[in-house]
Amino acid sequence: MNVLLNGRVAELADGATVRDAVVAAGAGADERGIAVALDGTVVPRSAWDTTTLHEDAQLEVLRATAGG
Amino acid sequence: MHDDPFIIAGTEIRSRLLLGSGGFHRLDRFEASLAASGAEIVTVALRRVEQAPGGLYDAITRGGARVLPNTAGCFSAREAVTTAQLAREAFETPWLKLEVIGDRRTLLPDGVELLKAARELVADGFIVLPYTTDDPVLARRLEDAGCAAVMPLGSPIGSGLGIRNEHNIALCREAVSVPLILDAGIGTASDAALAMELGCDAVLAATAISRARHPEAMATALRLAVDAGRLAGRAGRIPRLHHAQASTADAGLPDLEPA
Repeated sequence: MNVLLNGRVAELADGATVRDAVVAAGAGADERGIAVALDGTVVPRSAWDTTTLHEDAQLEVLRATAGG
Repeated sequence: MHDDPFIIAGTEIRSRLLLGSGGFHRLDRFEASLAASGAEIVTVALRRVEQAPGGLYDAITRGGARVLPNTAGCFSAREAVTTAQLAREAFETPWLKLEVIGDRRTLLPDGVELLKAARELVADGFIVLPYTTDDPVLARRLEDAGCAAVMPLGSPIGSGLGIRNEHNIALCREAVSVPLILDAGIGTASDAALAMELGCDAVLAATAISRARHPEAMATALRLAVDAGRLAGRAGRIPRLHHAQASTADAGLPDLEPA
């Protein structure tokens, strides 16, 4: 299954969850300070394991960085 | 002299200097500056993980400070609201420094989109601290919208030009009763002291520290300047006079040129 992960095409296993995408993006599975948007909508951390991805899903996996 | 506590949305904040993490490229240098600044509130941004080396969030909490996520880089209310929701999820805090930029060259706030986003976010339970222009009318509108503080700029972000319109900052002070935090434009300690003398409750500095030749020393200087400015503002400056006013009495002056 191909998804768009942080602006790049990534191949994930069928049935992959949001947590799988977080790890594929390079973040720790339980790392603090990570946020995910799936198709432009925030996915709460509590739903990372239960939210499965679909073909061409658009994901943003974000982390705290220096700013402001 | 007794000082009032600095309270935002019911939370007492010990330090009147807020630290922006923008411009720091080394975590160890950031941590040393955080310690020197005494700041209890530190702003952070959200970016794609591959562009954001880890460790900043942990460094802030390890330093005993709280994270204030921002919406830097947002140009519309819609973008800012979604970014705010992501930040609340990532950092488990409803506190938000709301930025909606209207112009890429000056990075000045877009007042129309800012007010719109502030209203939506307040309704959604956020504690909103908007970065705004030094416009006292907009400041009041933001307070009316339910913002927990108002953060007018002294001059454009990262410019180090200090406070370009002191009078407007003083008018902003009169316009709102929520905390007024001078944000953007601080270049050095005297700018921070002036902001406090004008009646600001606190100052936020990022670039002034991170891009100083010695960031840690500048963090210390700003901490002292904020305290000095606060004290001086409350002590009450003397009126400005056009001519001199002798501080030594004429009474008893000897006549040293006898006729």
